[in-house]
Amino acid sequence: MTQGPAPGHPAAAAISTPDPAEPSTGLGARIRLTADRARSRIVFWSRSLLIRVVALTLSLSTLVMLTLGLILQQQITNGLLQSKIDAATAEIDSARLTVQNSLSGADSDPSSLREQLRVALTEIGRVDGSSGAQGSTAGVFEPVIVPSRVGSEADLAVTQPTGDIPAELRARVGQGQIAYQYTTIIRDGQSIPALVMGAPARTSTDSFEVYLIFPLAGELGTVQVVQRTLLVGGIALVVALTLISALVASQVVRPVRRAAASARKLAAGDLAERMPVTGPIELTTLANSFNGMAEAIRVQIRQLEEFGKLQRRFTSDVSHELRTPLTTVRMAADVLHAGREDFPAHLSRATELLVDELDRFESLLGDLLEISRYDAGMAELSAEPIDIRSSINTSIAAATQLAGQFGVQIVTTIPEHPVVAEIDTRRVDRILRNLIYNAIDHADGKPIELELAADEEVLAITVTDHGVGLRPGEAGLVFNRFWRADPSRQRQTGGTGLGLAISLEDARLHGGWLQASGAPGEGARFRLTLPRTRSGLITQSPLPLRIGADRPAIGAGSAVAVDDRVMPLEGVRMMVEDGTLKPAPSDDDLHPASVPEAGATATLSSTDQVPTRPGGSSGAQQPAASDGAAVSSATGGSTGSAP
Amino acid sequence: MDGMRARVLVVDDDPALAEMLTIVLRGEGFDTAVVRDGSKALDAFREVHPDLVLLDLMLPGMSGLDVCKEIRAESGIPIIMLTAKTDTVDVVLGLESGADDYVMKPFKPKELTARIRARLRRADVGSAERLRVADVEVDVPGHQVTRDGEPISLTPLEFDLLVALARKPRQVFTREVLLEQVWGYRHAADTRLVNVHVQRLRSKIEKDPEHPEVVVTVRGVGYRAGTS
Repeated sequence: MTQGPAPGHPAAAAISTPDPAEPSTGLGARIRLTADRARSRIVFWSRSLLIRVVALTLSLSTLVMLTLGLILQQQITNGLLQSKIDAATAEIDSARLTVQNSLSGADSDPSSLREQLRVALTEIGRVDGSSGAQGSTAGVFEPVIVPSRVGSEADLAVTQPTGDIPAELRARVGQGQIAYQYTTIIRDGQSIPALVMGAPARTSTDSFEVYLIFPLAGELGTVQVVQRTLLVGGIALVVALTLISALVASQVVRPVRRAAASARKLAAGDLAERMPVTGPIELTTLANSFNGMAEAIRVQIRQLEEFGKLQRRFTSDVSHELRTPLTTVRMAADVLHAGREDFPAHLSRATELLVDELDRFESLLGDLLEISRYDAGMAELSAEPIDIRSSINTSIAAATQLAGQFGVQIVTTIPEHPVVAEIDTRRVDRILRNLIYNAIDHADGKPIELELAADEEVLAITVTDHGVGLRPGEAGLVFNRFWRADPSRQRQTGGTGLGLAISLEDARLHGGWLQASGAPGEGARFRLTLPRTRSGLITQSPLPLRIGADRPAIGAGSAVAVDDRVMPLEGVRMMVEDGTLKPAPSDDDLHPASVPEAGATATLSSTDQVPTRPGGSSGAQQPAASDGAAVSSATGGSTGSAP
Repeated sequence: MDGMRARVLVVDDDPALAEMLTIVLRGEGFDTAVVRDGSKALDAFREVHPDLVLLDLMLPGMSGLDVCKEIRAESGIPIIMLTAKTDTVDVVLGLESGADDYVMKPFKPKELTARIRARLRRADVGSAERLRVADVEVDVPGHQVTRDGEPISLTPLEFDLLVALARKPRQVFTREVLLEQVWGYRHAADTRLVNVHVQRLRSKIEKDPEHPEVVVTVRGVGYRAGTS
């Protein structure tokens, strides 16, 4: 039979199984956690508009500045070199002329040639008559004159930097072209770029090659200065752009943040919260839309509050307006009733009927008002810590007379120590009274049992009768308003038909469960499970819902599940709770022969604990209130409770 | 009450109910006076000098709560509310405005007279009994409560509540026991009665009602007298 777990034990067993695995996975988990954290941080940053705008501006402006800088540098370098080449071309022309003039008629004697060459070199250096090779429009240059005759070169003892002239250029000049080429020369131990311009110079007797080497040290310096300027300027510009974009973005972000703050306040219940309508058009539009929405919400909520108030007023008024005349009638009837001995028999009987029916009318009115209060969502829980045993004693005391009248004995199993829970005694008393009255009503004179058990978080009270019991499917109906197991059978205790429906609401208000189970001929059991603290959640009930199920033995641990599974199922044909109808499981569904697997155990335990709603499984998944707790109990309960 | 008929002032706007109350109370041996209007209740109270007031909470002219407060300001006589409201707030408000007990409509005549008799019955006066709770002195026959010689004014109900606790200083009283001993309920009743009146009593006799020393709460059980 169904087995609720021992308080704490199955839970401990369930936790201890995964426990040993923990240390080994600890490091991995930590790394994963760190990675997750980093990722979430990145996600957070990339999702911040301000950061995004700034980062985008930074990267794009850097890219633009780089491109622009490269192009500018290229342009400037090209321009510098072009003017150098232009000047050099003019220079080489004059140098050619000088060479042709000075070397024409030079004889083949190496020594005189050498002398003539030296003169020519000096001539070239003095083109504009100033100090040597310095100061020409093309800037500083070094002239080189090479005779074209093969072998004659070595005869020239004139020291000139012939080696700096690239062979390629010499080949081209040798073919009679005026050509130039960039190369690298070494002066004063420093490697500097240079432009070498060459031209053939023909005299009547001989031919020479004239080369001018223009060191580009100045141009290099200029380009370096330009580069540095561009770099510094670019960085400054990028920084400035970034700052500007941050400023602009914050201009946009700030009102958005303000709107978010306003929305938060509104959501927190400050319905008067509005955004200031200032700033650019876009923002005033936003503010206006927001304020419009806030106003619409406020109106709606006010309306709902108004409806609620009206409903409350109505209930209160009906209550008062009905109760006052009813009080008068009640008192009048009682006065008549007190003097009924003096009446003729039929008047005396009529008076008795009047009083009895007034009792019913009163309790019906009371219950109707109570349930309408629940329907209007006006029920309030005034919970305080109290020993639940006093509630039980109170309720039993109240039912003693009725029990005696029906010859029903009430057997209680209650712990000796106080069971303190935060409950609304008025409501819990009412639940217990209703359960006990209901049990007496259906006990057929057999004893009824009341049991209380509690663990750290939860307490449970079961009220069991051994009367006619419930037929399949009826366990879900008992909480329905005005539902009656047998319409032809009159309620003997004068119940209104609303007692269990109200009790269910009372239990729900506590975040508790009220469930029924039973089988024909065996009787019925009602189980009230309440969290011991107001905010507590129920995952397991300390008492079994099914009749005949023993309370779990302390220390039985996970063995309970195994034992339970092989225990034969008897008689339990239904379990429904929360006053909702669910398709009653057929006998076969529950029969152990057809569900021998462990999976079936869980299924059964979930039928035990998961409240189901009309309309199928969707309701059972709702995470709200007791339902959520019940669902979690069903998943966790596969070890703990099983038939 | 001995020999003399106790006088009950009925404050109720419903003529039928007022008349019915008169019939029932007269039948039970009480003198009655009826006032229909809340605003006239106080004048009637001063004129009639009732032993107990039966007060409907919903009244024209002046609300029952206000009438209750005004009577309480002048006198500690027992006030029983008649209320059709079952909402926690309403009942607690009524009790907080000074009512000793309440009867929920519709009620049975016996229930009402039981409540009235319980409130009119004085606590047993011991012979020259003096009690001490914390730093509070209780002179039971003299119906006087003092701290350091300074008298503290309590209503008879509050006095009875204090005496009940003080007579058994070591005992923890559950709300149910107090309901029986002080209010005279034999069956379970509304424990809010106890809560509200303990609060009222504390507001008068405690130096710091937030940290009571005279009437101490025993969590989950009830109350007991503070140690002297």
